[in-house]
Amino acid sequence: MLKQMEGSRAVAEAIALCRPEVICAYPISPQTHIVEALGEMVKEETLTECEFINVESEFAAMSVAIGSSAGGARSYTATASQGLLFMVEAVYNASGLGLPIVMTVANRAIGAPINIWNDHSDSLSQRDCGWIQLFAETNQEALDLHIQAFKLAEELSMPVMVCMDGFILTHAYERVDMPTQAQVDAFLPPYEPRQVLDTNEPVSIGAMVGPEAFMEVRYLAHAKQLQALERIPQLATEFQTVFGRESGGLIHTYQTEDAETIVIAMGSVLGTIKDTVDVMREAGHKIGVLGITSYRPFPLTAVAAALKNCKRFVVLEKSLAVGIGGIVATDVRMAVTGMGLKGFTVVAGLGGRAITMKSLKALFEKAMREELELVTFLDLDWKAVNKQLDREKAHRRSGPVAEALLRDVGVVGARNY
Amino acid sequence: MSFQPVKFYQTGTFTVGNRLLPPEERSVQASGKRFNSINSGHRACQGCGEALGARYAIDAAMEATDSQLIAANATGCLEVFSTPYPETSWQIPWIHSLFGNAAAVATGIAAAMKVKRAKGKVGDVRVVAQGGDGGTTDIGFGCLSGMFERNDDVLYICYDNGGYMNTGVQRSSATPAAARTATTPAVGHDPGNVFGQGKFLPAIAMAHDIPYVATATVADLRDLEAKVRRAMEFRGARYIHILVPCPLGWGTPSHDTIKMARLAKETGIFPVFEAEHGEVKSVLAIRRPLPVEEYLRPQKRFAHLFGKSPAVATIARIQALADKNIRKYRLQARQESH
Repeated sequence: MLKQMEGSRAVAEAIALCRPEVICAYPISPQTHIVEALGEMVKEETLTECEFINVESEFAAMSVAIGSSAGGARSYTATASQGLLFMVEAVYNASGLGLPIVMTVANRAIGAPINIWNDHSDSLSQRDCGWIQLFAETNQEALDLHIQAFKLAEELSMPVMVCMDGFILTHAYERVDMPTQAQVDAFLPPYEPRQVLDTNEPVSIGAMVGPEAFMEVRYLAHAKQLQALERIPQLATEFQTVFGRESGGLIHTYQTEDAETIVIAMGSVLGTIKDTVDVMREAGHKIGVLGITSYRPFPLTAVAAALKNCKRFVVLEKSLAVGIGGIVATDVRMAVTGMGLKGFTVVAGLGGRAITMKSLKALFEKAMREELELVTFLDLDWKAVNKQLDREKAHRRSGPVAEALLRDVGVVGARNY
Repeated sequence: MSFQPVKFYQTGTFTVGNRLLPPEERSVQASGKRFNSINSGHRACQGCGEALGARYAIDAAMEATDSQLIAANATGCLEVFSTPYPETSWQIPWIHSLFGNAAAVATGIAAAMKVKRAKGKVGDVRVVAQGGDGGTTDIGFGCLSGMFERNDDVLYICYDNGGYMNTGVQRSSATPAAARTATTPAVGHDPGNVFGQGKFLPAIAMAHDIPYVATATVADLRDLEAKVRRAMEFRGARYIHILVPCPLGWGTPSHDTIKMARLAKETGIFPVFEAEHGEVKSVLAIRRPLPVEEYLRPQKRFAHLFGKSPAVATIARIQALADKNIRKYRLQARQESH
């Protein structure tokens, strides 16, 4: 059924259709609207046979989900940014124990300096935590990926993060096709745990594992992710059969067949990139787009296949590996090992910095001429940066960095990108 | 020699021998059908108070719930010594997640059981969470307070041995004043742990107005069993804080564990009471309070207080703390008048 609604509401309704049994909630922007909506549904009893628990921290949110999932209940929570970092110990524990929790990450920057706007620093900081990470491009895909996430998580007995851009998707009102309960029921069977705390068949979960078996347990987690690499495209096909639309999968390609230059990105920025590519195609440029939906497991083979006919690629990422450059770019480079491609890393949109078609067009043209630096910071205010660097050279006590920069930059909104 | 009438000294206490009691009042451990929830063969030290306390507490909870019990465990001695996989002592469903989240994991299990019970998939399954004093009063305190204030249907049991014994005897917020630990060494002007720090978690638990809070020691195991049984009669958040001497950390002979627990109670160092909805309902009275020296002197962690020039002032400060407990919790039994 077609509806016009906020991204968070769409995700909440999709979660409700998945018949969750335990939801734990702790407020952090920009995921709050999702759990608020679910809390309301439970309280007004439109979502039944579900416990909604207001916990005291994100660490508790993930810990409650660990308990409820081990207790055999389909468990869900949502977080972002500092919240994700606050729960990290439990995030690793959930995957280490093989508990199929589904969590929305409304992607947001990490402080300091504190910043509530969108980039991918939060979930990418959890690159190696053992969770599957799926990135939604649109609100429709965010909604659809959650339904697929429960099935994927429960089949493999491993947790899944569905990542959607904070504010850009979570707070955007868009048209979505909301599935029916019958459709979701046809796609997603009830949760049958591989391991469960059951008084009839007592098991111990969470024992200490020494050097004699630890590597094998870790390898099995890796093997599960490799299984997910096979399962994710199959699930997208099954999803299409039931719901009649394409959603999910490992990657999305756009105009890549004859492209000499391919731009690679994750999440909602793909929309702006495609629009830019459309304009550039009209001008005769052979440029295409590769969207990565499954960041973990990383689809090395699919990425290599998508890039096999191009001459160069640009990884545009909303994240920064401080001290080296790109995070996603590093994975892409591994995928194209030996292919002789020219690759560029572009760090863009950190902390909600707008990524405009104008900037992208200039960037891509430069990339096509192979004039880009290996690592480029899109629309960086060099004047402000250099002023601060000079200040630090001149004064030992140059003061707090962020505050000095804000003074230099001036009133928010007075700038023209 | 004057005539002394035979007096059944233990009347009114829980230490009376099982064979003198009607069957329904006998200890769970006295029965051949005891649950052995924590089976023998685990790796606890000789004389471990925590192993003893956990055995009695969990078996009593098993009896009270008709074996419908799931346990969540914080990281710590109990977790480590009970599950050196591929061996496990646990005969009940048991999960260990992290050091600081046992209360929250238990909340999750309880929520899962509630939903599954509503769906007719399980019976009335109850949940117990457990941790040492470090996992409870320090790193797990946030999750514990959250579980308390939401009044989640969980019994949390803290086995308090006054320090991080599993990592090599470091100070926790339950380490007593003046005690020597690896991080409060017996050196300098004020050797051992400082005065005026630390927290008594049972009082904090009571401040949450939860249905049931109790303290116990491994010296009065019948009392411990009775309190676990009572705790399981309530729904909502419940807390039992058990003093469990640690021969390793306290520097006491392993055969003196129960004696040390008894001395902690009889000196007033550790008040034994139970409270319902934030109000103290009963205490284990002290017949004749013993001076704290009797409790302190046998422990190597307090050895620096004695020796050639005893730290009289420090001992007096500890005595004052014990006296305050006796006043505050009205621990002293009324004088018998014959």
